[in-house]
Amino acid sequence: MSSPLFELWRYRLLEPLRWPETIFWTFLFPALLALALGIAFRQQQPDPAAVAVVAGPGAAELEQALRRDPTVKVTVLDAAAADRALRLGKVAIQVVPGTPLRYRFDPTRPESSLAHLTVDTAVQRGRGRTDPVATVADQVTARGARYIDFLVPGLLGFNLMGGGLWGLGWAITDARTHRLLKRFLATPMRRRDYLLGHMLGRLVFVPLEVVTLLVFSWLIFGVGLSGSPLTLAVVIIVGALSFAGLGTLLASRAQTLETMSGLINLCTMPMMLLSGVFFSTSRFPDFMQPFIRLLPLTALNDALRAIMGDGASLLAVAPQLLVLAGWGLLSFVLALRLFRWT
Amino acid sequence: MSTAATMAPAPAPAVLLRRPGTQPDAGGPPAVVLRGLRKHFDDVKAVDGLDLEIRTDECFGLLGPNGAGKTTTIEIIVGLQEPTAGEVRVLGRTWGRGDRSLRARVGVSLQETRLPERLTVIEVLRLFRSFYPSGRAPADVMEEVGLGDKARTWTVKLSGGQRQRLALGCALVGDPDLLVLDEPTTGLDPQARLHIGDTIRSYRQRGRTVLVSTHYMEEAQRLCDRVAVVDHGKVIALGSPPELIATLGGEQVVEFALGDAALPDVDLEALPEVRGLRHTGRTLLLATTDARVTLPALLDLTRARGLRLESLATRQATLEDVFVALTGRRLRDE
Repeated sequence: MSSPLFELWRYRLLEPLRWPETIFWTFLFPALLALALGIAFRQQQPDPAAVAVVAGPGAAELEQALRRDPTVKVTVLDAAAADRALRLGKVAIQVVPGTPLRYRFDPTRPESSLAHLTVDTAVQRGRGRTDPVATVADQVTARGARYIDFLVPGLLGFNLMGGGLWGLGWAITDARTHRLLKRFLATPMRRRDYLLGHMLGRLVFVPLEVVTLLVFSWLIFGVGLSGSPLTLAVVIIVGALSFAGLGTLLASRAQTLETMSGLINLCTMPMMLLSGVFFSTSRFPDFMQPFIRLLPLTALNDALRAIMGDGASLLAVAPQLLVLAGWGLLSFVLALRLFRWT
Repeated sequence: MSTAATMAPAPAPAVLLRRPGTQPDAGGPPAVVLRGLRKHFDDVKAVDGLDLEIRTDECFGLLGPNGAGKTTTIEIIVGLQEPTAGEVRVLGRTWGRGDRSLRARVGVSLQETRLPERLTVIEVLRLFRSFYPSGRAPADVMEEVGLGDKARTWTVKLSGGQRQRLALGCALVGDPDLLVLDEPTTGLDPQARLHIGDTIRSYRQRGRTVLVSTHYMEEAQRLCDRVAVVDHGKVIALGSPPELIATLGGEQVVEFALGDAALPDVDLEALPEVRGLRHTGRTLLLATTDARVTLPALLDLTRARGLRLESLATRQATLEDVFVALTGRRLRDE
């Protein structure tokens, strides 16, 4: 007879594959997510600066001067409408004609500060200012520096986290609520085999998810891989096992699927924001950085970005691998201790 | 607990009932020994001082209403729950040390287990077989439980009876010395119950021990060598089904209802061949040694008093009657 570990692993492969949902989450979801975000953040010319010229003497002349600048979009509004437009963010800046000419904007809004510079330059040049230094602006859009290049490794990490937590957490809790765990406990099955079978089952799904996402983003957006595929594979496997361990830990006590999804959300939500999936972790203040760097998803995302974008070696991502392995091991050991079969 | 019935005149159970543990079996050490077993959950005493000895080679039935403590007792026997107090020996061993080798010798079917939904019958049996160091070929077990034509069917697509048979197959596939089945036939139609009964019987022919809990009386009567009637976490009667039925004093029962009218108990007890009278709700049960004699006398009596019988039936006494005699309640609370 075949070994219990093999049979448990087979069970963890066959059962999910027979649910159409698995196919969706494994293959379609990562691709759809990348497509949606790729479209939302597609590479394009920066939006023109929206400017409101407040109606009054001299407004028409000002409007004409600004219209000559293609990076500016002008509307003439009366004072009340202009205030509302500024408050709602429909315009980035107000220009009030008169002497002196008055700019009104919120400096904490980056597009407003930018508009201030653009509009002022247009106004000054319109009145005949000449620049003392001749300049040429070369526009460079480098592969690897686009938002999609930042996004794809983040999505990859995010998917690995979701797959590990939902895949294992759900399966284990479901088996507990259906008393299947209790039935297994009444056999001579080793507990270790049960948990390992689940984690190894996960390792079969991971390549499918990963390859789908990578091939898709390469074909559609031309997102490439600078580093070695082998290094990438090692990081992905360590990451997947780490989250499989965390999923097992979260599922070790949950009595209902509702509790389980609550726990998973509690875990994934903060990391989705903090760990640099959609935007860089550098947006958070310095004092939070050491904490953020210790999160498993941060470690995974950083390592994936370093390999895909900068071609980092395995040695270069060793700290991240250590963080991931630490989480994985700690979770698995704790899960074995805390695990409830009924 | 719908009816508080009078018990007149209650047969004394102690006379004919074997006390637990007083007659050690001649055929080797007992398969299961429970002594002073207690299991308390907060304020609830699920098992409250239960003694039991199950002999090797016998089919032993645990009988009782829902909430009597059958499931808790069974889960303690198979090592899924720890008792609050008391001694538990299974196949000569206790739980807590080297449990894996003991689990390998005990086959279990629990209540309300949902097997992996989208595995096929043969896959489930193979999975369970892989847990046991030795056992039977999954395909053979599949044939034995009558699922040979369902090998490639997902468990979720099986009927209730087929699922129970698969659960039984999972218990058999490790070729256990002790088979423990918690209500294996609950909710099944008679046909499916018979099939499961056949499988249990063929397993027994290999000289193994079976412990089965049920609240189907006729099933216990048909299958079991001995039964223990359990109520409120205690064994209230123990013996072979014929022995227990004999405690009623008569092997036949006349069952009738008088509607709103009433007859004095003494008059009924004075009817010929009557050995006992019990009330359960509006129904009266007369235990008799010969219904052919008792019945005409009963009809004469009601006619003489100008009463009309709402219902009337005679039948063989069952274990259900034993339970009613002991507790004044029916086994299944209707």
